[in-house]
Amino acid sequence: MLLRALKTTSALASRSFWSHVPMGPPDPIIGVTEAFNRDTNPNKMNVGVGAYRDDSGKPYVLPCVRSAEELLVSQNLNHEYLPTHGCPNLRQAAKVLAFGADSVAVTENLVASTQTISGTGALRIGGEFIKKFHSSKAIYLPTPSWGNHTPIFRDSGLEVKSYTYYKKDTKGLDFEGMLSDISQIEEGATILLHACAHNPTGVDPTPEQWNEISQVVKSRNLLVFIDMAYQGFASGDLEKDAYAVRKFTEDGHRILLAQSFAKNMGVYGERCGAFSIVGESESESEAAALESQIKIVVRPMYSSPALQAARLVSTVLNDPALYSQWLVDVKGMADRIISMRTALKSGLEKEGSVHNWDHLVNQIGMFCFTGMSPDQVARLTGEFSVYLTKDGRISVAGVSSRNVDYLAHAMHTVTK
Amino acid sequence: MSHFGEVSYVELPAVFHLSGRFAADTDANKVNLTIGAYRTEAGKPWVLPCVRQAESILASDETINKEYLSMSGLQSLCDAAMRLVLGESSPVIQEDRAVALQTLSGTGALYICFQFIAQFYGGCKDIYVSDPSWGNHKLMIDRIPGVNFKQYPYYNSQTMAVDVDAMCKTLEEAAEGSVVLLHACAHNPTGIDPSRDDWVKIAAVCQKKNLLVIFDLAYLGYASGDYNEDAWSIRYFADLGMEFFVCQSFAKIMGLYSERVGALHFVGATSEIAHKCLSQMKIIVRSIYSNPPSHGARIASLCLNNRDLRIEWEECLKEMHARIRRARTYLHTALKMANVPGNWDHILSQNGMFSYTGLTKAQCEVLIEKHHIYLLKSGRISMCGVTESNAKYVAESFKDSIETAKEN
Repeated sequence: MLLRALKTTSALASRSFWSHVPMGPPDPIIGVTEAFNRDTNPNKMNVGVGAYRDDSGKPYVLPCVRSAEELLVSQNLNHEYLPTHGCPNLRQAAKVLAFGADSVAVTENLVASTQTISGTGALRIGGEFIKKFHSSKAIYLPTPSWGNHTPIFRDSGLEVKSYTYYKKDTKGLDFEGMLSDISQIEEGATILLHACAHNPTGVDPTPEQWNEISQVVKSRNLLVFIDMAYQGFASGDLEKDAYAVRKFTEDGHRILLAQSFAKNMGVYGERCGAFSIVGESESESEAAALESQIKIVVRPMYSSPALQAARLVSTVLNDPALYSQWLVDVKGMADRIISMRTALKSGLEKEGSVHNWDHLVNQIGMFCFTGMSPDQVARLTGEFSVYLTKDGRISVAGVSSRNVDYLAHAMHTVTK
Repeated sequence: MSHFGEVSYVELPAVFHLSGRFAADTDANKVNLTIGAYRTEAGKPWVLPCVRQAESILASDETINKEYLSMSGLQSLCDAAMRLVLGESSPVIQEDRAVALQTLSGTGALYICFQFIAQFYGGCKDIYVSDPSWGNHKLMIDRIPGVNFKQYPYYNSQTMAVDVDAMCKTLEEAAEGSVVLLHACAHNPTGIDPSRDDWVKIAAVCQKKNLLVIFDLAYLGYASGDYNEDAWSIRYFADLGMEFFVCQSFAKIMGLYSERVGALHFVGATSEIAHKCLSQMKIIVRSIYSNPPSHGARIASLCLNNRDLRIEWEECLKEMHARIRRARTYLHTALKMANVPGNWDHILSQNGMFSYTGLTKAQCEVLIEKHHIYLLKSGRISMCGVTESNAKYVAESFKDSIETAKEN
């Protein structure tokens, strides 16, 4: 039996149309976690993937989400199909959260939207939508940007280009370079902006800078696509973190928006997000037309989105008591991250580092561009079992009061 | 000035449109025979007891968190799903030639499968789909650059049976290495499946032309009530040593619809080939949605892997199958009692959730407009919408529609 199987197998192999398929390269970000998992060093640290950890280094299910779960279990709901564009309560709550309850976009029903498979799903739907309906197929990403942006938009069929963003010497924003590049982007192209807590650098424009960016973008008649994966996570204040979304919408940009609830609701693997387009003012029908077309993009990909995540998130957003709890939970996460930034900086100073580590506290959100080189990163991993991506990005969420000194020591050792 | 001012409003496919009309219809006798979701005798959705129990277990398990699954999803689900499809003691699994990833239900599995073929397949990227088939198959293939939609004859409306000879003839004429999409069991929309002898013939053509087979497996257990029985075609192809995909859905078979639980399986000629293909499929997943939803996957995994829940699930599957068979009997009996013109034996002989009634478009329109009975204009009905209490009304409405419809 086995012999027959082997004979058949090798005969089949020669007829296989798949023998040329190469092994795919490991995903740089997810690959970090996989390597971390394999490491047996008791001092190992995972500061690679951007998932929040509490001060014990454990995954954190937000108290408001736990409460929402208990509520849902008691309701004995069914699992019938959602419409293609998902849960209406979630979609509405997501719009209000992003744009503000009093915004014209919300009060006049100008926003077309769909629930999505978290932020990645929202970005991909947006990319496919742009490819299908927009005249320009070019999309400009900041340098650097989240590693998955490029594959998402490339696989949507768009031409991925870039604009200046991060300045290596200051480890801050290259504002002049950014404006200069944007002012040269061809009319009608799409520009992708990170709403807050830029990934991977943690460098955000100030409100005044956002105002100027908006004007330059307008002068080039660019299509604006905002990626908001960290609302609430940057400053701890939901409205403050949505400044760019609201300002651009007020300024008349008909923005595309990708929202993720992975981090700010801690629902990561449940996959909850939303994709929106702001339609023309004085035209509720444009929103309806856009929404109908969004559904056509969604249906071939996966028919309709996942329910559990939508229920959890919309329960929290729509229940006043749970919403208040959520504000506390989110601020708690943001505050802990800010305190770890401060602790890491002072840890490095205590180690005797002569470098300027101001950027650790000037940058905001989950990620920090440390400025370490690939070689230094390799040493961090090899000698100290500290896992991070090659670009020197650390996820501050993976730092706790128990390991911050270890990290400071490790970073000082490889950079002195 | 809008960038999208030229975008026009478009209607969703008919099945959604009709469901919407049904929901808005205030007629006391209305019947929904459109969407393929299981309904109890009382016409209600059914959350399987094993699913409720699994949810309870999950809710009280403090060790479970919401961390990301890997790109290929929950491993315990993938492993159990693979054994479910290929068999507990499948040689293919023992030889490590089968790989699986968790997907966004059946649609998600098909989408990844088609994308993978478009990007990596070394053979002919014409995908042959049955005429008729699930409407979304064509929509999906048309949407993906690099693969081409083709059809093979399947349903013969005269005989109301599978025309295997015509099907095999078309596949023989296909280019070597083309792709063929087969419904493993409980064909949607016709409810008519090939016999075992038919499968032997189909497999022979596929081998001869080195066709790449994709099995659409949305209704495992719905054809006969026994999933081992229903998986016969897939296991037969595996025994022959063929390479193929299986796009599996847990929507109907576990009532997990909106939680989007599915799996894409690939059986390769060698273990090396299979694992390399899996690595590339994961990369495709990454740029679409990164990783799949965890909640439904955990429920499904518990129902498959927990001994007691597994036994319960198998009972639930049998019950759903039995209820649909009862519905078929109610309708068949009612049609006979009402002396509705025509031979209605196909209502009994067809399998699974759907039935191709044989009603024409015009007759369907009368059913919808006059009798508030909602069905697809292809004549497809979902048997789940038929109950003991509405079978008589449905039968009499069929009769009236046949008699009064104007033929085009």
